[in-house]
Amino acid sequence: MDSTRRGFLATTGAVVAQDLAKAQDHDHNHQVVPSDPALRVKSLESLLVDKGLVDRAALDALVDTYEHKIGPRNGARVVAKAWTDPAYKQRLLTNATSAIAELGYTGDQGEDMVVLENTSRVHNLVVCTLCSCYPWPVLGLPPVWYKSAPYRSRSVIDPRGVLREFGLELAEDVEVRVWDSTAEVRYLVLPERPAGSETLSEEALAALVTRDAMIGVAKVTLAETGKRA
Amino acid sequence: MNGIHDMGGMHGMGPIEREKNEPVFHERWESRIFALRRAMRPWPKFNGKSNRYHVELIPPEEQLRLSYYARFVVAFSELLVEGGFLTAEEILKGKPAQRSPKAVPLLKAEQVPDFVAKGAPSRRNVDVAPLFKVGQAVRGRNINPLGHTRLPRYARGRVGTVDRDHGVFIFPDTNVAGLGEKPQHVYAVRFGARELWGEQASPRDSVYIDMWDDYLEPA
Repeated sequence: MDSTRRGFLATTGAVVAQDLAKAQDHDHNHQVVPSDPALRVKSLESLLVDKGLVDRAALDALVDTYEHKIGPRNGARVVAKAWTDPAYKQRLLTNATSAIAELGYTGDQGEDMVVLENTSRVHNLVVCTLCSCYPWPVLGLPPVWYKSAPYRSRSVIDPRGVLREFGLELAEDVEVRVWDSTAEVRYLVLPERPAGSETLSEEALAALVTRDAMIGVAKVTLAETGKRA
Repeated sequence: MNGIHDMGGMHGMGPIEREKNEPVFHERWESRIFALRRAMRPWPKFNGKSNRYHVELIPPEEQLRLSYYARFVVAFSELLVEGGFLTAEEILKGKPAQRSPKAVPLLKAEQVPDFVAKGAPSRRNVDVAPLFKVGQAVRGRNINPLGHTRLPRYARGRVGTVDRDHGVFIFPDTNVAGLGEKPQHVYAVRFGARELWGEQASPRDSVYIDMWDDYLEPA
């Protein structure tokens, strides 16, 4: 039976997978990996550079883009603009891709966007049960927990329990909508604007908005201001 | 395929572990494998859209043990061999075969901003009639394909309502199998939580799943 399963996977992948799994076996944390993948990736990079298939400077530029240029601050700017500009909010809810593009955020894993509005009556939560699909142009690359088995497995069957784990207890009469982004559309949650934020500028509002609130596992609170200050 | 990657509704995976001030990448190699895969995308023979399928084919016990980026390493190696860029021997030995041809990279550093901003759209601007309409009751088809599919098991045989029509997209089931793009409509379909999970679920809650025409039948 084992050989039938392996038959699905051509030799290289199977060998690489076993190799990496063995290396990770010694570690209890699934997401921390010891030296072997590092050597394996280094060797792949050298091979591809040697053969002229990839340019090392392009790799550096890609890493720099996702480490320093694209991240949840982008999404926070979208949210803050929607909170302060009703016409923009309308555009965002009817055609999210082009409204987000107005702020210059487009491309990989955000080619087709939908924005979901959280209110006092409806709470939206985003997951990808099959993979780890996530709206990169507005949130950057996903955190480890979003890609993890516990979050992916439980969000659809027990969203209220998951939210409780994040410290968010929702009243019974709030409707919870879970969005399983299994296709090519990527979702961004527009959190509720916190009470008492009426006098804040768009910039100050953006500073309140967290990544977790835009996934739907948290609310935006004024307390964040203190923490960030 | 009915693999371990299709996790919606499973129990026993443990608590959600969060990390404070998490870095974008935890190790340098994670950032390199991430960038390598993207930098290979412009090569026509590099079938990046099959990446997920190659991850799904990793035996389940290893899939669970490997981290997200370690699974990438496996799938990426597979795609490189499949596309004829490297041989299995080269990967395992870490040395290029003698007299291997030298190419010129298709993605240069100065092109990266445009490349990222453009993305790789799966939407197709072709005129395909939708098979279902917003508000219609639909059932997730009870199919169990061996290949790649985006139809989660927990939606099969369940009845929902078409909430919105997202438009026309490439159909991954055929595209990944090399059988063509078969563009068709994708809908967000709303399933009541009780329809999916029974009486234990809240009567108010629901799960929305993005589904292609081929995943649905009239209910």
